Amino acid sequence: MPNNNDLVNIQEVSETNNMIEHNNLDVRTITMGISLLDCAAGDADTFCDNIYRKITTFARDLVKTGEQISREYGVPIVNKRISVTPIAIAGASACHTTADFVKVAHTLDKAAKEVGVNFLGGFSALCQKGMTTADQNLMRSLPQALSETDIVCASVNLGSTKTGINMDAVKLMGEVIKEAAYLSRDTDSSACSKLVVFCNAPDDNPFMAGAFHGVSEADVILNVGVSGPGVMRDALKNAGDMNFEELSETIKKTAFKITRVGQLVAKEASRMLKIPFGIIDLSLAPTPAIGDSVADILEAMGLEKAGAPGTTAALAMLNDQVKKGGIMACSSVGGLSGAFIPVSEDQGMIHAVEAGALTIEKLEAMTCVCSVGLDMIAIPGDTPATTISGIIADEAALGMVNQKTTAVRVIPAYGKKVGDSVDFGGLLGHAPIMKVNTFGCARFVNRSGRIPAPIHSFKN
Amino acid sequence: MKKAIITVVGKDSVGIIAKVCTYLSGKNINILDISQTITGGYFNMMMIVDIQKSNASVDQINTELEELGSSMGLVIKLQLEEIFTSMHRI
Repeated sequence: MPNNNDLVNIQEVSETNNMIEHNNLDVRTITMGISLLDCAAGDADTFCDNIYRKITTFARDLVKTGEQISREYGVPIVNKRISVTPIAIAGASACHTTADFVKVAHTLDKAAKEVGVNFLGGFSALCQKGMTTADQNLMRSLPQALSETDIVCASVNLGSTKTGINMDAVKLMGEVIKEAAYLSRDTDSSACSKLVVFCNAPDDNPFMAGAFHGVSEADVILNVGVSGPGVMRDALKNAGDMNFEELSETIKKTAFKITRVGQLVAKEASRMLKIPFGIIDLSLAPTPAIGDSVADILEAMGLEKAGAPGTTAALAMLNDQVKKGGIMACSSVGGLSGAFIPVSEDQGMIHAVEAGALTIEKLEAMTCVCSVGLDMIAIPGDTPATTISGIIADEAALGMVNQKTTAVRVIPAYGKKVGDSVDFGGLLGHAPIMKVNTFGCARFVNRSGRIPAPIHSFKN
Repeated sequence: MKKAIITVVGKDSVGIIAKVCTYLSGKNINILDISQTITGGYFNMMMIVDIQKSNASVDQINTELEELGSSMGLVIKLQLEEIFTSMHRI
């Protein structure tokens, strides 16, 4: 092993550039978190002026800087994004109706487009224990806000390990998701792809749709999300039939390398923009590009298809080793930091669903051992709101009891049934409609109140 | 010293190194190390250079190297060294 003073050699250079050119190594996102707490106003128009000014001032050079770093190091930085303080908090004094919140969504959309970012997240409410009037108005504004804007992303945190699950919010969000699907029916119910519900949502997540800038964060920070499923798959494919110890080592070393690129980009962006670095999110984030797939990694580990028996164990090991390798490679880890298993954004997952290997129930089991939950799953348009609430409650329960983040981003595609598919284009990809259990849960979901927080001892 | 790595990949022909070196000297870029292989008629070269004294920006050097490369049917690019050292050195 050469020491730090040695010049890099041609093998090392080729290895890195091979990852970039052939295995889709990239930095998935630089996300600038901006606090909007000091933008609070007594009316919606003043609030909109304040947030527009603050966002377009702070994020003015974000895209340019990202592109410059990308050019200097020869590594793609796919997305530049913004996350803001949850609008239900920052806008609570300014927005008194759902129409006020829709107006704010339009302003966020305009500000994000002005600075040229790909997405802006934080049209959010945190109501894991109870809902304020502002929380309720924001949630009710979501269908209209998301179907009338292009790059605004929304999230609602409705449960946590410390507070339990707010079942009133769970019920409401089932209805909101159905309504959002209806209002965006002309584009395969695409509004739902920009809306995620969480249990134990992190404050510093750089990934969409769930990014927001937590209230305990500094005024402005930079968070970076790394990627690299293609690199991991290639490393495991070349690894052949090694045993689990050797397999773990390979995953850790590869995760280390991927993460170091993220750390370098984060450090450079922070220096150039003069904004403090927040965290690196260690998630393996797939894209619809061929080979850039978490399902392909699972298959490289020895499963015939993602979803086959053994999938949960393989994913658990992958996720854990990625963290172990990644943590050593960077100074501060946060966000979701786990393997993502979105269906529509991962070609291997799509194939597994189409082949009949992967069901919603198996995906639910997989979310017990990795973030981030049931993600980008298209379901039949006639799925009742209460069933969607039931799916959300199940997923939130997994997060609550296991002290981890879980989420639901489902698309009840209007007018579509099992056998059809939806197509959102770009990073969001396309997805076959998946079968949902048709037995009802309305009586359970329609009870009002909260599921109490779980006991923190007697773990079995 | 501000180190960068130049990689040159493509079909071998006469004068590749000469042309790249002529360009670099014109930009006041000092070459610290060169390694090169030819496999199956394909030319693969890596140069470690110091761009500290060059008055051209990384972006400009990159653009001009790309143009020089395409005129010879090669892919030439320059990357700051840290992308490699951060990945391969603990």
